[in-house]
Amino acid sequence: MGLYATTTRRRIAAVFVLLGLIALPWGMRLIGQEFYVSFASRVLIMALAATSLNLVIGFGGMVSFGHAAFFGAGAYCVAVLAESGVTSAWLAWPAATGVAAVLAVLVGAISLRTRGVYFIMITLAFAQMVFYLVVSLKTWGGDDGLPLLQRSAFGSLDLKDDSTFYFVVLAILAFVLFMLDRIAHSRFGRVIQSIRENEVRMEALGYPVFSFKLVCFSLGGALAGLAGALMANQAGLASPNLLHWMQSGILMVMIVIGGVGSVFGGVVGAVLLLVCEEAFVEITPHWQIGLGLLLLAVVLWAPLGIAGLFGWGRNRE
Amino acid sequence: MSEGLDLLLDVRGVSKHFGGVYALNNASLSVVRGEVHALIGPNGAGKTTLIHVLSGALPCNGGRVVFDGNDLERRPMHERVTLGLARSYQITNIFTRLTVLDNVAMAVQSRVRDWGSSFSFWKPFSLDSAIIGEAHALLAQVSLSGMANRLAGQLSHGEQRSLEVALALATKPKLLLLDEPMAGMGPEESERMVGLIEHLAQQVTILLVEHDMDAVFRLADRISVLVGGTVIASGSPEAIRGDAEVRRAYLGDEVA
Repeated sequence: MGLYATTTRRRIAAVFVLLGLIALPWGMRLIGQEFYVSFASRVLIMALAATSLNLVIGFGGMVSFGHAAFFGAGAYCVAVLAESGVTSAWLAWPAATGVAAVLAVLVGAISLRTRGVYFIMITLAFAQMVFYLVVSLKTWGGDDGLPLLQRSAFGSLDLKDDSTFYFVVLAILAFVLFMLDRIAHSRFGRVIQSIRENEVRMEALGYPVFSFKLVCFSLGGALAGLAGALMANQAGLASPNLLHWMQSGILMVMIVIGGVGSVFGGVVGAVLLLVCEEAFVEITPHWQIGLGLLLLAVVLWAPLGIAGLFGWGRNRE
Repeated sequence: MSEGLDLLLDVRGVSKHFGGVYALNNASLSVVRGEVHALIGPNGAGKTTLIHVLSGALPCNGGRVVFDGNDLERRPMHERVTLGLARSYQITNIFTRLTVLDNVAMAVQSRVRDWGSSFSFWKPFSLDSAIIGEAHALLAQVSLSGMANRLAGQLSHGEQRSLEVALALATKPKLLLLDEPMAGMGPEESERMVGLIEHLAQQVTILLVEHDMDAVFRLADRISVLVGGTVIASGSPEAIRGDAEVRRAYLGDEVA
C-alpha cells in the first residue's frame, strides 16, 4: 500500500501492549520488584522523547541533532517554576511544553534554512549553546542541576506514589501515540512525509515547504519539552545531562533501532535500549559493544528498524 | 509584436549568469493567453534555465517577469504555483515511493485553500473523497487510471512522464510550463504525449520546451527561438520556418 500503510492488526497489537503496560505495577508488586515501576516510568518518558524526535526525523525528514535542548528545556522549566512556588502540573507541564515549543520555533526558523550536514551541525550548535548557558548559571545549579524537591501536584492524584506517576506517564504516552497515528494519516502528516520524500517537487506543487517543516519541527520540540517535564519529576532533578549532545545521540539511536518514521519506532527503541542497559550493565560494563553491534545490524539489514521487521514500518515495498 | 493581445506571461530582458557565463542574456518572450507557445533552441541555449527562472527555482540577475498582471520578482516557487504557474520537469520528478494516486492527490491537495487545508492534523486523509475523486479524474485524463494503486517508481518511463504532467496539471494552472515532456520517449510514447498536449491545450495555456521538431511544429501556435541565452526570433511556425537567421543559427538542414 505504499508509504502511508496502516493495518488494524497493528492497532490490535497496540491495545494488547497497552493492557500489558497497565497491568505492570500489579505484576511487579506480585513478584516484589516495585523498584522497577519507577524504572518503567523512566523508560516510558524516554519513549515519549524518542517519539517526539521521530516526528521530526522520521516523518519530517529533518535530521536534528539538537533535540536534547527541548527535552532539557522542559525539565528546567518545571524545576524553575517549582522553585518559585508553582507546583501544579496543570500549569508547569503545559508551560514546559510551551517553552520548548518557543525555543524550537526560534531554533527551527534559523536552522531550517540549511540542509543536510549543515542542518545537523547547526541544530547541534544551538543545543550546545543552551547546554553551556544553563551550566554556567549558578542560580540553576550549574553542573549539579536543579533539584525538584517534590513532584508536581496533579489534582487529587498523588504523583509521589510511583505507580500513580507511572499511570499518568503511560496515559500521556498513549495519548501522544494516538495523536501521532492520527497526524501521520492526516493531510498535514502526508504533506510532511511527502516533503521528506521530495522537497523540491512539493515546493513546485505549491506547498510552502518551510512553514510545514517549521510546524513539524516545533511540534516535535514541544513534545520533547513535555517529556522533559516528566523526566524532571521522575528523577527529582533537572540535570544538565538532559541537555547534553549525548542525550540527542541516544534519542537518535533509539529511533534508528526502533524504526525511523514508524509510529511506534521511538517506543520500541527506548524500551529495547533501556531494558538492555538495565539487564547487561550488571554483567559487564562493556555492554555497549553489544549495542553497537545491534545498531550496525539494524542499519545494514533492517533499515526500517525493529518496528519495520514486524510490518509496523512506514513502508513495506 | 504582440501589443493589444492578452498577455499571460511577459518576460522582459531577463538575464541569468553563473559566474561569468551567461545562460540567459537579455531574453524577452511573451505568451498569449490560450496559445501553445513552443521554446526551441540548440542544447545549452538556456531553455531549462529560463524554465527555472520562470518557476522560481533560480533567481534571475536582471529583467522582469510579469505573469497574469503580477510581477514575479522575489516570489518563492510555491507562491507562483498559487498564482497559476505550474511546471513539469525535464528529468522526471515524482514521488517514486508513493502510489500513483497518492502522487496526484498530493498535488490536488496543494490547491485546497480552505482554512485548515493542509494544516489539518486530525481527519484521516483517506476520507478526503473530494480530493481522491479529483485525482482519479486527472489520472483518467492522462490515461493512467489502471495504474492508480501502483507505486510511481514502478511505472514505465513514458507513464512516469504522463504522471509528471498530471502533477503539474493538478494544481489547475493558468500556464503550464512543460520542460521537454517527450524526453527519452520512443515514437509511440511520443505520439501519445503529443495527443495529450493537444488535448490539454484546449484548457490551459502552454509554454513548451521541446527538441522534437515534428511535435513542435504540430502543436505550437507560436514559436520562440532561444540561441546563446537570447531570443532571436518569435513568430508563427511558418514565419520561424522561413526565418533565415533561425535557419542559420539552429534549424540547419532539418527543415530545409
